[in-house]
Amino acid sequence: MSTAALIQEVLSWVLVVSGAFFALVGAFGTWRLPDFWSRLHAASVTDSAGMILLIAGMCLQSGLTLVTVKLIVIGIFLFITGPTATHAVANAALVSGLRPREAEGLIAAEPEPLTVAGGAEGDAEGTRKETAGAA
Amino acid sequence: MFVVATIMIILGMVLTLMRLFGGPTVYDRVLAVNLFGTLTVLLIAVKGFLSGRPDFLDIALLYALINFVGTIAVLKFFRYRAIGDYARTRDDEEEQS
Repeated sequence: MSTAALIQEVLSWVLVVSGAFFALVGAFGTWRLPDFWSRLHAASVTDSAGMILLIAGMCLQSGLTLVTVKLIVIGIFLFITGPTATHAVANAALVSGLRPREAEGLIAAEPEPLTVAGGAEGDAEGTRKETAGAA
Repeated sequence: MFVVATIMIILGMVLTLMRLFGGPTVYDRVLAVNLFGTLTVLLIAVKGFLSGRPDFLDIALLYALINFVGTIAVLKFFRYRAIGDYARTRDDEEEQS
């Protein structure tokens, strides 16, 4: 095995295993963290770091073939849609009135009334009433 | 090395499923489903390399497309109580009256 091939193999090994590690860490955080907003934070680890590292490792493994092109297409697609989906979930939760859990003993200011562009959303109070009405 | 990656991804999928079944709000569940889909795409890709058949990547790409559309559709359904049609919301009724 030539030196270049050895370097490629070792780099691919490191990338794939660290990518799988980040995927596991993101899932673990989604399982263990206390409230929705911190879970959202943990889920992004898998969506960005784990996915990119795994795809890069598999690209190095396959060399310059059609498989690499497919992997890059999957990577670009997930790179665009992962944060978009996370943003959509966070936005839906925020509009529906879900707020971060506060620390005990912390006297927090009243949350600012939420205004969403477009007019159809209404402020947080109205949306909460509307959700209660729909349910 | 792909065996190690496969085992870690499957373990992550199990943890995500535990959040999916135990999530207190519906948004936790949507988040868990989205994460589960991403992990499935990665698992299919890694499994293809593990068994020496990278043709599985086509399936992974298709699954990524379906996963994104599914997440957005579920969120839209829970917001408007309809997917394709225009649902009347309370704001519209207030505007008309």
